[in-house]
Amino acid sequence: MIELRNIHKSYGVGRFATTIIDDCSFVLERNKFNVIIGPSGVGKSTLIRLIAGFEKPTRGEILIDGRQVTGPDHNRLVVFQESALFPWMTTQENIHYGPSARGERRGDIAAKADLLLEKVGLRAAARRYPAQLSGGMQRRAELARALINNPEIMILDEPFRGLDAMTRKLMLDYYARLSEDSPRTNLFVTTDIDEAIFLADRLFVMTYRPMKVRAVIDVDLPRPRSLNTVFDDDHANALKMEALSLLHEEAMKAFTSGSKAAADFIEAYRKRIATA
Amino acid sequence: MNSEQILPVSHRDLAARRGASPWRMLARFRRYRRACMSFAIFLGIWQLGTTGKSWLGHPIPILCQAPSPGAVLAAWGQLVLEPAYWQSWYLSFTRVALGFLAAASVGIPFGLMIAISPLFRGMIFPVFELLRPIPPLAWVPASIIFWPTQELSIDFVIFLGAFYTIVINVVGGAANIDARLIQAARSMGGSRWNIFRRLVLPGVIPSICVGLETGIGITWEVVVAAEMISGGGAGGSGGASGGLGFFIWNSYIGGSYPDIVVGMISIGIAGYLSSAAMRFAASKATPWLRER
Repeated sequence: MIELRNIHKSYGVGRFATTIIDDCSFVLERNKFNVIIGPSGVGKSTLIRLIAGFEKPTRGEILIDGRQVTGPDHNRLVVFQESALFPWMTTQENIHYGPSARGERRGDIAAKADLLLEKVGLRAAARRYPAQLSGGMQRRAELARALINNPEIMILDEPFRGLDAMTRKLMLDYYARLSEDSPRTNLFVTTDIDEAIFLADRLFVMTYRPMKVRAVIDVDLPRPRSLNTVFDDDHANALKMEALSLLHEEAMKAFTSGSKAAADFIEAYRKRIATA
Repeated sequence: MNSEQILPVSHRDLAARRGASPWRMLARFRRYRRACMSFAIFLGIWQLGTTGKSWLGHPIPILCQAPSPGAVLAAWGQLVLEPAYWQSWYLSFTRVALGFLAAASVGIPFGLMIAISPLFRGMIFPVFELLRPIPPLAWVPASIIFWPTQELSIDFVIFLGAFYTIVINVVGGAANIDARLIQAARSMGGSRWNIFRRLVLPGVIPSICVGLETGIGITWEVVVAAEMISGGGAGGSGGASGGLGFFIWNSYIGGSYPDIVVGMISIGIAGYLSSAAMRFAASKATPWLRER
C-alpha cells in the first residue's frame, strides 16, 4: 500500500517559488491498477518523481507499507515517457542491467531474461541496439527491463506517448494482459481518457495547479477488457463522461492561466460533447 | 525482418556503406566521382589563374604569384626521391603523435574528474578557463625556456593545442547524458561505480571521439607554427630535417616557391589522414551509433 500524506512540492525560493503540488493525499491499494489523469502540465510527472524517490517533497511524507520513501529502490520502478533505454547497450544488456548491477548470478539472469524476451516478443532483437528498434519494440524492451526486477510497484509515466495510434492500441492491450497475468501495484499516468478507463481499477482525477486529487472513480468494468468495450459499453461511457466533465473544469482553469495543451483538450472535449 | 527493406530511400546510402550489396558499389562510386570532380575543378582554377595571371586587366589575387600546378608537381617529383623530405614527414608525425597521445591520456581523465566531482570542478575549472583562451603559440617562448630540449617544447605546444578541446568535449558530453538514464540505473540498484562504468563512461565516448577528431586537427595547425618558430627542431638547421613546418619556412628562406606549396599540400594530406584515422576509430568505438 502506498500512502501519500499532505504532500507539498514547490520549486524555487521565497517570492519566486512555484507550488506544483499542495496538500495532496491519497492511498494506492496493493495489486490494483491505479491511473492518474489530469491535463498536461499539472505536475503529474513531479508526483511520479516524488513517489519514485528521485526527489523529496517539500512537506509531507510518502509511506510504502508504513515505511517512508527515502530514495529510489528496485521495488519501485519507473517506465519513463519516451525511451530511457541505455543507448549503448543491446536489448539484452539493457534487460540484464538491474539484476547484474545488484550482483545476481549470471546464469540466473540469463534464464530470466530469456523468458522475458520471449514474453515481450523481442527474442530476435536481443542483440540489437535501442536505436535499431521501432518505437513499440523500444517500449516493450523498457517494460522488460523493469519487469525483470520483479518490482512490487510499477510506475508508468505516459509510457505510450509518441507512439502511432495502431502501436499504441497494441501496447495498451498488451500491457493490460501482462498485468492481468501477474498482478502488481500499478501507477499509470496518462492524459488520455480512453486509455485510463481501459486500464484502471481506480482512476484519480487531478486538479490543475496546485495539484491534488479532485475525485477518485472506481472503474468496475469486468476483466479481461477489450478496447471495444471502452467505446461501446454504456457503463464505461458513463464513467468516461463523469471523468471528462471533471477534467474539463480543470482544463478550463489551466487554459485561463495560459496552458496551450489545455486549449487542445477543451477543443477535443467540445467535439466529443457534440457527437455524444 | 531485413532492416534494409523498411528503410526509406534517403537512408539507403548509409545502409549501403555496410552491406555487401550492389548499393554499396554505387554509393562508393558516387562518393569518389564527386571527390574527383571537386579536385579537378580546384586544379583547373589554379592552373587557369597561374597561366592567365590577370582577368579583365586586373591581376588575380594570390594565384598570379603562385607557382603553377605543373611546377609544384615537378618539384614534388624531385622531393619524393629525397630522404630528407620523408624525414620531415616522420618528424612532424612523431611530434603530433606524442603531443596528441599525451593530450588524450591526460585530457580524458581530467575532463571526467571535472564532470563528476563538484569539488574538483570548483577548484580546477576557473583556472582551466583562464588558461584556455591563451593560444598555444603564445606558449612557445615560455615553453622553450621551461623544457630542457627543443623537441619537448614543441611537443608541449602541440599537447596544449589538443588538450583544451578534448577536456571541453568530455565535460560537455558528460553533462549531456540524459538524467533519466541515471535515475533508471539508480532505481535498479546500480552503485555509483557501476553507474560511472556502465553509463557515464560509454555516454561520453561519442564526445571523446569528437574531441579527439577536432584535437588532432588542431595539433597539425600547431605543429607547423611551432616548428617554424623553433627553427628546425631536433635535426638542427640542416635543410628539411626539421619537420614539415620547418620545411615550408626553409623553402621560403631559400626562395623555392614550388616547395612551399608542396609543404602546404603535404600538411593537408597529413591532417586529412589523421582525421580519417580518428573517424574510423570513433566509429569502431561507438557501434550503437554506427549501426542504425
